[in-house]
Amino acid sequence: MAELTELSLADARDGLRQRAFSAVELAEAHLAAMEKARHLNAFITETPEKALGQAHASDARRAQGDAGALEGLPIAIKDLFCTKNILTTAGSHILDGFKPPYESTVTAKLWQAGAVCLGKVNLDEFAMGSSNMTSYWGPVVNPWSRPGENRQLVPGGSSGGSAAAVAARLALAAIGTDTGGSIRQPAGFCGIVGVKPTYGRCSRWGIVAFASSLDQAGPMTRSVRDAALMLSVMSGHDPQDSTSAPLAVPDFEAALTGDVRGLRIGIPREYRVPDMPAEIDLLWQRGIDWLKAAGAEPVEISLKMTKYALPTYYIIAPAEASANLARYDGVRFGLRVPGATLDEMYEKTRAEGFGAEVKRRVLIGTYVLSAGYYDAYYLKAQRIRTLIARDFDEAFERVDAILTPTAPSAAFAIGEKMDDPLAMYLNDVFTVPVNLAGLPGISVPAGLSEEGLPLGLQVIGRAFDEATMLRIAGVLETAAAFTARPAPAGKGD
Amino acid sequence: MSLDKATVARIATLARIKLPEADLEAIGGELDQILHWVEQLAEVDTAGVEPMTCVAHLTQPLREDVVTDGARADEILRNAPGRAHGFFTVPKVVE
Repeated sequence: MAELTELSLADARDGLRQRAFSAVELAEAHLAAMEKARHLNAFITETPEKALGQAHASDARRAQGDAGALEGLPIAIKDLFCTKNILTTAGSHILDGFKPPYESTVTAKLWQAGAVCLGKVNLDEFAMGSSNMTSYWGPVVNPWSRPGENRQLVPGGSSGGSAAAVAARLALAAIGTDTGGSIRQPAGFCGIVGVKPTYGRCSRWGIVAFASSLDQAGPMTRSVRDAALMLSVMSGHDPQDSTSAPLAVPDFEAALTGDVRGLRIGIPREYRVPDMPAEIDLLWQRGIDWLKAAGAEPVEISLKMTKYALPTYYIIAPAEASANLARYDGVRFGLRVPGATLDEMYEKTRAEGFGAEVKRRVLIGTYVLSAGYYDAYYLKAQRIRTLIARDFDEAFERVDAILTPTAPSAAFAIGEKMDDPLAMYLNDVFTVPVNLAGLPGISVPAGLSEEGLPLGLQVIGRAFDEATMLRIAGVLETAAAFTARPAPAGKGD
Repeated sequence: MSLDKATVARIATLARIKLPEADLEAIGGELDQILHWVEQLAEVDTAGVEPMTCVAHLTQPLREDVVTDGARADEILRNAPGRAHGFFTVPKVVE
């Protein structure tokens, strides 16, 4: 029997069913791995007591013949999901000590399906970042490093703790959120699978809001099957989120037939961005060849608004963030810095509570929404967003899915790109358009860079057709046979 | 367009974030760089294009007009940095 932390979610589920081990043993193995890997700084809060309590209860349920879809499976939760009576920080100083009196819908669904909570994982502050460097709780270290080099790399972001925990075998799976690439880019950087579902597929209720028209929750796992399994549990209409779709949730695992014959795969010519590293281009071509060999048909398509997606995003997301983050005022929860007047208290609390990147985005958002600038910036961006979505609509008249690289580079070193916000924003050039159009996207590990670091390919699906997207991702996964892994946590350095 | 110190100070006041006078110029420069970059959107012809406010083509769902939540003041106040007699407390706002 392999080490319990090495199992896929699906294999661990089967092992539990066959009584090869217990949920308590599975939880204990992961808690021990977490303890050995604290230098990665993946967790903000470890919840060993909750994990063991849930694992005992899970074993008891199973003994009575009652088992949910994720029964006994230990997972990590991005610290952007509100968890009842458990510290929820959003990676920010301003939520100091905040213990929500309620549970987010997505995490409630996971616990209801029998999952076990290992803890809350690190992230960029309020999910604003692509490196996990903006967290008040410090950077997360990518478990991967360039062979022969001990320079620490970023795990990507904002769901950097989720990606690092899954890649380092500290959790069987994790959940993240994706506003502009925050699940897919860190999944790519850490060599795991990450799914951003269609906008509306998962409830946003109880997720600390960043940009409400873009945010989605999704699974981060070590296989496509595991992602499908989790997505089926996380999805579904929620009366408490009026943007969650009242649609039936398919059995996504059953969609993984391995048969992509006859599917038409769009290859957007505008994604061949200037200065794209040759190895990314090569990986993309390899992905096209794999799908062709499996019987799919690559079709060149045009997404002509691609170059405007990032600047559009950097108006819309900060505008929504500036409104959403107005609630952090030192009155109802979290940090309060005293002031002589109410306004002074607000201003001092927010000055001390928010980090540099969050302040930058709140200020940009405030500016583009302010009188005299609203039409030129915000309304203009919303109109271009319509055009970006229209590009995809037209493409999907001709193709069933779209294949692109996940990110324009492999993981970079901690500290790099920090002095240039625009260089950092470019990380999300291939992922942001998907959020703007509300579509599902998945990143699958597909190969190693020349430096020996993981690289991902992204499959973009039609709205609410995650099933086809996952089926294609499964075929890519099989063809790529990505078995490389980071050095075991706790060793090396 | 360039953001002068007065404009940065005005935005900071609107956003209720206290910025030290000494930082206004540097922050103005950063914001300026981002705004200059997003201004490339001006070259796109958007005449007659509707602005997108929500990507989920949903009609707003209706439900019965009944109370579904409430009477949880204790839970809500539990996280408050200042509270007294079942209320949040703030610095005095009226004389």
